[in-house]
Amino acid sequence: MASETKEVKMGRGRMPRGVKPKIENPGKIMARLMKYVFRYYSIHMIVVMLCILGNVFASVQGTLFLRTLIDDYITPLMGQATPDYGPLLMAILRVAGYYAIGVICAFTQSKVMIYVGQGTLLRIRKELFEKMESLPIRYFDSHTRGDIMSVYTNDVDTLRQMVSQSLPQLLSSALTIVSIAISMISLSIPLTGLTFIMVIVMMIVSAKIAGASGTNFIRQQKSLGQVNGFIEEMMSGQKVVKVFTHEEANVNDFNKLNDELFEAANKATAFVNIMMPINAQLGHLSFMICAAAGGALALLGNGQGIFALTVGGLASFLTFNKNFNMPINQVTQQMNAIVMSLAGADRVFKLMDEEAEVDDGYVTLVRVKKDGDKFEESEVRTGHWAWKHQHQATGEVEYVEMKGNIVMDGVDFGYRDDKMVLHDISLYAHPGQKIAFVGSTGAGKTTIMNLITRFYDIQDGKIRYDGININKIRKSDLRRSLGMVLQDTNLFTGTVRDNIRFGKLDATDEEIVAAAKLANADGFITRLPDGYDTMLTGGGENLSQGQRQLLAIARAAVANPPVLILDEATSSIDSRTERIVQDGMDKLMKGRTTFVIAHRLSTIKNSDCIMVMENGRIIERGTHDDLLEEKGKYYELYTGKAVAT
Amino acid sequence: MSTKDYVKELSKHIQEFKRDSILTPIMMVLEVIADTLLPFFMAGIVDEGVNKGDMRAIMYYGGLMLLCAIFGLFTGFGGGYFGARASTGFARNLRRDMFANIQRFSFAEIDKYSTSGLVTRLTTDVTNIQNAFQMLLRMCVRAPLSMIMAMFMAFLISPRIASIYLAAVVFLGIVMVLVMGKATRYFKEVFKKYDSLNESVEENLAAIRLVKAYNREEHENNRFVAAVTNLYKLFVQAENNIVMVMPVMTGTVYVVILFISWIGAHLIVQHTLTTGELMSLLTYCSNILMSLMFLAMIFVMMTMSVASANRIGEVLLEGTSVEQPENPVMEMKDGSIDFEDVDFSYVKGARQSVVKDVNLHINSGEFIGVIGGTGSAKSSLVNLICRLYDVTQGSVKVGGVDVSEYDLKTLRDNVAVVLQKNTLFSGTILDNLRWGNPDATEEECIEACKIACADDFISKFPEGYNTQIEQGGTNVSGGQRQRLCIARALLKKPKILILDDSTSAVDTATERRIREGMQSYLPGTTKIVITQRIAAVQGADRVIVLDEGRVNGFDTPEHLLETNAIYREVSETQMSGTGDFDEKGDD
Repeated sequence: MASETKEVKMGRGRMPRGVKPKIENPGKIMARLMKYVFRYYSIHMIVVMLCILGNVFASVQGTLFLRTLIDDYITPLMGQATPDYGPLLMAILRVAGYYAIGVICAFTQSKVMIYVGQGTLLRIRKELFEKMESLPIRYFDSHTRGDIMSVYTNDVDTLRQMVSQSLPQLLSSALTIVSIAISMISLSIPLTGLTFIMVIVMMIVSAKIAGASGTNFIRQQKSLGQVNGFIEEMMSGQKVVKVFTHEEANVNDFNKLNDELFEAANKATAFVNIMMPINAQLGHLSFMICAAAGGALALLGNGQGIFALTVGGLASFLTFNKNFNMPINQVTQQMNAIVMSLAGADRVFKLMDEEAEVDDGYVTLVRVKKDGDKFEESEVRTGHWAWKHQHQATGEVEYVEMKGNIVMDGVDFGYRDDKMVLHDISLYAHPGQKIAFVGSTGAGKTTIMNLITRFYDIQDGKIRYDGININKIRKSDLRRSLGMVLQDTNLFTGTVRDNIRFGKLDATDEEIVAAAKLANADGFITRLPDGYDTMLTGGGENLSQGQRQLLAIARAAVANPPVLILDEATSSIDSRTERIVQDGMDKLMKGRTTFVIAHRLSTIKNSDCIMVMENGRIIERGTHDDLLEEKGKYYELYTGKAVAT
Repeated sequence: MSTKDYVKELSKHIQEFKRDSILTPIMMVLEVIADTLLPFFMAGIVDEGVNKGDMRAIMYYGGLMLLCAIFGLFTGFGGGYFGARASTGFARNLRRDMFANIQRFSFAEIDKYSTSGLVTRLTTDVTNIQNAFQMLLRMCVRAPLSMIMAMFMAFLISPRIASIYLAAVVFLGIVMVLVMGKATRYFKEVFKKYDSLNESVEENLAAIRLVKAYNREEHENNRFVAAVTNLYKLFVQAENNIVMVMPVMTGTVYVVILFISWIGAHLIVQHTLTTGELMSLLTYCSNILMSLMFLAMIFVMMTMSVASANRIGEVLLEGTSVEQPENPVMEMKDGSIDFEDVDFSYVKGARQSVVKDVNLHINSGEFIGVIGGTGSAKSSLVNLICRLYDVTQGSVKVGGVDVSEYDLKTLRDNVAVVLQKNTLFSGTILDNLRWGNPDATEEECIEACKIACADDFISKFPEGYNTQIEQGGTNVSGGQRQRLCIARALLKKPKILILDDSTSAVDTATERRIREGMQSYLPGTTKIVITQRIAAVQGADRVIVLDEGRVNGFDTPEHLLETNAIYREVSETQMSGTGDFDEKGDD
C-alpha cells in the first residue's frame, strides 16, 4: 500500500492550451497595449471607430426598415386601388444609401485594420528583437530557448489577433447590442423585458455548461499533455525500445494513456457540441414567447401606453429578437480570446521590460599611430590599437597600447550571490601566452571565460586587461579585442562567405580567403558546389562537424583579435579531421594570448601554463612537464593511472 | 500511393465508431429539417394568427414551433454527442494503430520518418484529422443541406424571390473561389517566410554568446529589421487580397434584401405573398448566406487536413523491413559471430554500399575492438548483428545460425547494444535499469551499476536509485547517462554485448575500470567495443580496423601496430596520452 501512483511527467513547461491563464493585472496590460496602439495609430483608430459606428448604424437601420416597409408602405398600398410605388422606391433608395455607407465602412475598417494590425506586429517584433539583443547573457542562461521563442511565435500572434480582430469585433458587438436594445425598447417595453429575461436564462445555462465543459477541457488537456509527452519520449527513444524488445510493454502503456485521452476528449467535445443547439433552441424559445405575447398584444389592437404594438412593430421586434442573440454570443467568445491574448501581451511586455545589459565602461579602443612611446589617434588602419583612458578624476587622457595582457587577481564569483562557483582565482597571461584549463564538468572553466568577456561581472577581486580594470572598459570594445571559438559552432543561414565575414563586417574577399586559408578551411570550401557562395542552412547541417569547426576558426581569424578564447570541440571527430582542425587552431593561436578550455591532449602540451581546476579552484598549475612531475591530479587525468596515496 | 488510397486506409480505422459516424449525419439532417421548418411556423404565427386576429392560430403555430424546437434540441444533442464520440474515437484508433505499427518498424523505417516526423503524425496530424472528421460528419452535412432546404422553402414560397437568392449564391460562390484560390497561394508563401523568420530568430538565440562576443547586436538587428519589414509588406499584400471578401458579402446580402423588399412589396400588394412569408424569406436569406460562409470555411479546413491524412496513411501502410521469420529459432547457442560476404546499404539499389564485402569470424567470448574514421561504417556493421538492419547481401550468423532465422526477441535479448545516441526514459533510475531485465532485483541493479561505474554517483543522489530521471535523461550529465545506459545493457546478461562509442563522455580512467569490470562480470560474453580512443582497444583480443566500409585489418593490437597503417596512424596521434580529460556536458 505504500507505493504511490507516479505522476507521468509532462514535458518541461508545457501548459495545457485553452486553460484560462492567470494574469496579474489585466486592466493595466490592456491599457498599456491600447496606449501602444494609439500612440502610433491614433488617427487610424479613430477612423476605425467611426467605421464601426457607421457599420452598426447601417445594419440597425436595415432591420428597422422592415417595420417601415410593412407599416408605412405595404399596408397603405394594399388599400389603394392604383398603388403608387414612388414613395416606396424613395424609401428603398434611402436604405440603399445607408447600406452603401455600411459597406464602405466595413471595407475601410478592414483595410485600415490591416495596417494597424500588421504595423503593430512589426513594431512589437522590432522592439522585442532589439531588446533581446541588448539583454545580458544572464537572461539567456536563465530562460529556455523555447520560452523565448514562444514569445515571438505564439504571443505576438495572439496579440495581433486581439488588436485587429477581437477588439473591433467586441466594440462592434457591444454597439450592436446597445442599439438593438434601444430599438427594441422603442418598439415594445414589455417584449424587451421578456427578451432580456430569456437572455439571462441563456447566459446562466451557458455558464453552467461552460463550467462543466471547462472541467472536462482541463482533464482533456492534461491527458493530451501526458499522451504527447509519452509519444515524444518514446519516439525519440524508439531505437532503444527496439534494442530492449520493449515494444509490447510500450503498446500497453500507450493504450492506457490513449484510452484515458479518448474518455476525456469525448466528454469535452460533447459539451462543446451541445452548447450550440442549446443556445439556438433557447433563442427560438425566446422568439416564440415574444411572438405569442406580442401576437396577443397586437391582436388586442387597442393596447394602450407601453403595451401598444402594431403588426409591423411586432415583425421588426421579432427580427431584433433574433439578431440580439448573435452579438451576445460573440461578446462571450471575444472575451475569452481577449483574456488569452492578454496573457500573451503580458509575456511580450515582460520581455520588453527586462533590464538591458549595462555598459558604463569609458575606456575605449582606438586605432593609433605609434610614434616611439607616443600614440596618436588615427582614422585609418594602422595595425595598432590602444586603450583610450580618460581618467575620471583629472580628465587627463592616457593611451595604453593594447597587447593582450590579462591578469586575474583573487577573483570570486557566483551566478547567484549565495552560491559561489569560483574561489580566489589568480592568474597572469602575458601577451602571446597560451593558458589552458582542464578539469571536470562544473569545475568552473567556462565560468572564467564568462568573466573575461564580461558576460557576467565578478563579485570580488580584479581582472585587468593591459593593466586596466576591465570594469572600466566599454564592453563592446573589450569584446572587440577578444576572439571566440566555441564548442557550438553556431553557423548562420547565409553563404560561407557571410559566415566568415561575421567576424569582421567590412572584411574584403581577400581577407576572407586569407582567414580561411589560415584556418585550413579554404581546401574544403573551394570543393563545395558554390565555393565561398555556398548557402548554409540549419546551422550548417550540410557540413561535417569538423568543417563547421574550421569555419568557426576562420571566423575568429578574420577578426584578428589579440586575445583568443577557445572552447575545443570534443565531439567524435575522427583523428584525421581532428589533426586538420588542430593545425588550424595552432596557426590561429600564434602570437595571440589564448585561453583554451582543453579536452584533448594535443592542444595542451605546448601551453605556457596549464590550470587544473576542481570545484571552482585552481588546484594545480604549471607546464605539462612540471605537472607530470608533480604526480597530482593532472598526472592522474593524463595517464589514466591513479596515484598511490 | 494517392490521397484516395490513404483516405481509404484511414477510414478502415473507424471500426467500432461506425455507428456513431452514421448516426451523426442523420441527426444533423433531422436538426436541419427542424431549423428549416421553424421560419415556416413563424410565418404562420404572423399570417394566420396576427393578421387574421386569431389567437388560437398563434397558439397553434407557437405549439408547433415549440415541438419543432424541442425536436431540434434533441437532434442537436444527438448530433453533438455522436459526433464527439465518432471523432475522438476515430482519433484514438488512429493513434493506437499508428503507435502499434511504429513499434513494428525496424531502424530503417525509424530513420525514414525521423523522430520529429513521427511525433507530428501522432499528435498534430491526428488532431487535424479529428477536427476534420467531426467537421465532415456535422458541418459538411449541415451547411449544404441547410442551404438546399432553405432554397427549397424559398422556392415554395416565392420562386421569383428564390431565384434572386440563387443568383446571389452563384455570384458569391464564384467570388469566393477566385479570392480564396489566390489568397491561399499567397498565404502559403507568406507563412513560409514567416517560418524562416522564426528560424532565424532561433538561430540568433542559439548563437547569442557569439553575437555578443563579436558585438554583432546591431548587425543582427539590422538583418532582423530587414526581414521583418519584408514580411510586413508581404502580409499586408496578402491581407489586401482578401479584404474585400466580407464587404462584398455584406453588400450582396444588402442588395438582396433591397430587392426582396421591392419585389416583395409588389407581391404582397398583389396578394400573392403575405407579410409573414416575407419575414420567412428574409430568415432563409440569412440561413443561405451563413451556410455559404460555413462551406468556404469547411473547404479551407478540408484542404488543410488532406496533408495530414496523407502523412497518417503513410505510417499506417508502412510495412517493416525486418520481419519475424515463420519458424523462428528460439535458442541461441553461443556468442560467436560470422560475417559472410556481407554487403549493406541503407537505401535499396544504392550504387555504393556502406558495408562492403565483409568476412569475419568472431569467437564466442572474445573481446573485439572496432576503430575507423567517421563514415567507415563501424556502427552500420555492428547493427547488422542484432538485425537492427538487414544485410543487402551475404549473411550474418550468430551462434552458427543466420540472424534472420532467430525469433526477434530471442535475438535482441541475447545481443545487447548500447547505442551511440542513447536515451533514458522518465521514471526512477531503477525503472530505467529494469528495461534491461524487468525481474532484476535491486541488488542485481546495484551490482550492474558498480560494474558500469555508475554506483558512485547514484549513491550520492539524495534519493539514490529512486532518483527521478527527467524525460530524455536531461538531469544527469552526458557521462553519467552513458554509464547508466551501459548498466542497463549489462543487466540483460547477454551473449553478445556491443558498445557503440558508449564511453566517449567518460574519462579515461573510469573507462578502463568499466572495461575491466565487464570482463569479470560477463566473462563468457562476446564484447564488441566501437571507440575513437586507441587506449580503449589496447586490451582487446582482436581489433577490427574499418576503412570506408571495408575491413582493413583484423588482428591483435600488437600485430596491427606493426602491419596496419591506419591503426598505426591513429595510435601515433593519440600515443602521447590517453585522450580526453573531462566529462562532456549535456548534449
